[in-house]
Amino acid sequence: MFDIVDSAIDGEKLRRDLLDPAAGGLVVFEGLVRDHNDGSAVTALEYEVFASMATKEAEKLFAEAREQFDVIHLRGAHRYGFLPVGEMAVWVGASARHREAAFQAARFLIDEIKYRLPVWKKEHYVDGPAEWVDCQGCYHHHGPDFPRK
Amino acid sequence: MKTVQIRYFASLREQVGLQREQLETAAVTVGELYDELRHRYDFSLAQDAVKVAINEEYRSMEYVLTGGEEVVFIPPVSGG
Repeated sequence: MFDIVDSAIDGEKLRRDLLDPAAGGLVVFEGLVRDHNDGSAVTALEYEVFASMATKEAEKLFAEAREQFDVIHLRGAHRYGFLPVGEMAVWVGASARHREAAFQAARFLIDEIKYRLPVWKKEHYVDGPAEWVDCQGCYHHHGPDFPRK
Repeated sequence: MKTVQIRYFASLREQVGLQREQLETAAVTVGELYDELRHRYDFSLAQDAVKVAINEEYRSMEYVLTGGEEVVFIPPVSGG
């Protein structure tokens, strides 16, 4: 399950959804707002989300992760709105019988979220006007298979 | 002519000045629709820099419009 939220992400609560007596490993990734990018001092990030599509696309990612990795539970959330430095923008977690699958699934989820979810961020700088981040390299990673025809 | 619903996000939303609009178009493919809108609104992004979602699914720019679709052009994403 993947949440799109406009207030602080509660990582502890999400983590509880990953717990399982059969789980021997649990991996969580938290994406945070950092104070710089490409040499510019950043004060905040402003996220915009196409929420209904992002939720659907995240469910597809979860299904793909389940096919590829021997995981037990998967969970994720992305926040939108105005986030000052230090705030959590994204959270993904995976539990599995063994650590390898949990690491791989969490890595897969965060990478694919960045490539595929219809989410945009605008950087607010100490000096100069705010700008939308242009992550051109993201799409090319997938080559001709993405998007599916 | 076909009628489509268009929603705008991020840089495209700012350049259009609208979150959504209903539009009549003679465009055959969704790629042609993008070029039509780019001309009208002076979009900074070329067609090969954006993706498109039809009814919340990624599609190719060769997708043939039948009318009634919700079309969202997706500028480069930057989630996470």
